[in-house]
Amino acid sequence: MTIASPPSPSPQPLRLQPTGWLRYFSFSLDHKVIGLQYIVCGFLFYFVGGALAGVIRTELATPISDFVSRDTYNQVLTLHGTVMIFLWIVPVVNGGFGNYLIPFYVGARDMAFPRLNAVAFWMIPPSGLLLISSYFIGGAAQSGWTAYPPLSLTTPAMGQILWIVSVLLLGGSSIFGGINFIATILKFRQPGLKLMMLPMYCWAMLGTSILVVLATPVLAGTLILLSLDIVAHTGFFNPAAGGNAVVYQHLFWFYSHPAVYIMVLPAFGLVSEILPVHARKPLFGYVTMVYSIMAIVILGLVVWAHHMFTSGTPPWMRLFFTIATAFIAVPTGIKFFNWIATLWQGRLALNSAMLFSCAFILQFVFGGITGVALAQVPFDVHVHDTYFVVAHFHYIVYGGTVFVIFASIYHWFPKFSGRMLNEHLGRLHLALTFIGFNLCFAPQHWLGLNGMPRRVAEYDPQFTLINQLSSVGALLMAISTLPFLINVVMSLLQGPAAGPNPWRALTPEWLTSSPPPVENWIGAAPLVKEPYGYGSTEGRIDVNQARGQDLWRQQP
Amino acid sequence: MTTTTPIDTDLQQQDDNENHGHGHGHGEHPDLRMFGLATFLVADGMTFAGFFAAYLTYRAVNPLPPGAIYELELVLPVINTAILIASSFTFHRASKELMRGAMGACRGWLLLTAVMGLSFLGGQMVEYFELPFGLTDNLYASTFYALTGFHGLHVTLGALMILIVWFQAREPGRFTPSDHFGLAAAELYWHFVDVIWVVLFGLLYLL
Repeated sequence: MTIASPPSPSPQPLRLQPTGWLRYFSFSLDHKVIGLQYIVCGFLFYFVGGALAGVIRTELATPISDFVSRDTYNQVLTLHGTVMIFLWIVPVVNGGFGNYLIPFYVGARDMAFPRLNAVAFWMIPPSGLLLISSYFIGGAAQSGWTAYPPLSLTTPAMGQILWIVSVLLLGGSSIFGGINFIATILKFRQPGLKLMMLPMYCWAMLGTSILVVLATPVLAGTLILLSLDIVAHTGFFNPAAGGNAVVYQHLFWFYSHPAVYIMVLPAFGLVSEILPVHARKPLFGYVTMVYSIMAIVILGLVVWAHHMFTSGTPPWMRLFFTIATAFIAVPTGIKFFNWIATLWQGRLALNSAMLFSCAFILQFVFGGITGVALAQVPFDVHVHDTYFVVAHFHYIVYGGTVFVIFASIYHWFPKFSGRMLNEHLGRLHLALTFIGFNLCFAPQHWLGLNGMPRRVAEYDPQFTLINQLSSVGALLMAISTLPFLINVVMSLLQGPAAGPNPWRALTPEWLTSSPPPVENWIGAAPLVKEPYGYGSTEGRIDVNQARGQDLWRQQP
Repeated sequence: MTTTTPIDTDLQQQDDNENHGHGHGHGEHPDLRMFGLATFLVADGMTFAGFFAAYLTYRAVNPLPPGAIYELELVLPVINTAILIASSFTFHRASKELMRGAMGACRGWLLLTAVMGLSFLGGQMVEYFELPFGLTDNLYASTFYALTGFHGLHVTLGALMILIVWFQAREPGRFTPSDHFGLAAAELYWHFVDVIWVVLFGLLYLL
């Protein structure tokens, strides 16, 4: 046995990794690089998904299918749903902000498994390209993002198989990320940092990751069986071959209902970080927030069949899933009131981050109320598979999560880049998005109540006017991304310097330079026991005296 | 440490930098690899749980159509089950030998475990060839092949892991009583595959 000579001291850790902008295209192990890779990659797919939504709304501006053919429309709506869920929202709110913020919040220099982290990210671009390329090689999947059999068995097999492979890859990426977050939050905290001292986003990501680890594998197994049905002509989900299509629905929704929480719980966490900073008040009801998140995780796993009230579910099942779903309104309502109480009598800074967060609260409550309504069997049977469900869903994931993503970009962009975003453009972005979003989706409640089915390229001419209104809203949403993009590009080039802590925030990511050094802090990591200690005189941290200020000056 | 590459050296250096002033090695950062593997196995177990739930639902609501052939023999699977369960004990024995520092015995038990895993796969193959139904004959036939096949894939991966560990263990100092993650990970995975088989056997053959 030969012993390697002791390695010479390396002054620069990670010197084998590329530096500068090139590192964003490398297999970087730095959690901040990976986080930004997720976010930028997610935005690219967001624009793809947005363009697809544009095709949908253009088609629906007239009652007949004239802009694209019916088959193309089906492909477009399938791609839109899949891209937006699996390539935009899930990667950005989990992988993106999670990777960037969680190591700071647990006082670590990286995630628990940096290599696994990089692997998880680099599974996403190929699977996204695979999914989109299926459109050009024989046509994309046509059975919606739910891929219900027997529809998914009768539509062209090539697109459906590529869809399955792509979603399996994305699910694998999600599971690897989830394992990493659980290990980092539970086991990688700096000594002295107790669980109940963690910023709320950690709890949200812990809950989300538990859901990811428990639910995503079930979807993976289900899709493997579905692909056997398509390729090997087995009959698991094919009634014609003695199988059972409802079993697919159960297994699919066992993942895909928790998937809603996988998309929205991190948004809850992010908003819980943003509101206290800009209201200069502690987060109201920290402990109840924690218990609410965990209650949502547990309840979220046992409500899936409320998606299947019209699939021949027996009465006892309807009763159970209606009650369980109604119960979820309780922890969600607690969180909602906690946010309101956090804002109450605070010294609100009405900047873009705060305004987007307030829009989130408003719209999420609306989506939550229609959600409780949808859980009631008689109402659900009436509006199932109509535009009411489309409207409800978009109020949750767009009015909820996407608004929070924008709020978070406005809040953390100074940390990411070291430069401030322009407030005027930010508010213009908010106004256009808010008006466009509500104009696009609020009328769809009416459409659904009056019986317009979702996922169909053609509709009854009596719905024309409302659909055109909705399409105008979609156009406004498309336009609203322009001030955002201009803002980001201009600020990156010539925005005013942000300094380490422009918001005078107390959470640990602000107690270092902007952008932070490779290992987050030069010297020891600060131990933040009260991340929301705003306004308290006792044990107060003076942000100007905080370590980050010194670090900033010491930066070479 | 003959396999130390420049990259390893660099990362090792980085580790040392991180732990500066906090004692030696992973004093500040615990080794979380087993924790990560265990979390992954929970996820993997959920895949099987989904399959089992689907199978039980089929049993409850989709009766075998008249005339369809679905009969399982018990003799070979019982022998196979005994082999697989015994192989968990032989692997455990290998770990114990490692803890005593007896690497030769450890490698012997590892090889025996791998051979047992491979003979399980052989037995599975014989069973596949002798069964009177094929993959697409009926719902239960499909379920049988999908479940045992998915499990067989896990056994194959496990046997490969054991062979890799067995091969690595020939190198003195590769696994020590205090540092043997590869071997411990393969063992945890092997026990997991074993437990899944016991449930699967009960559901498919006995229920």
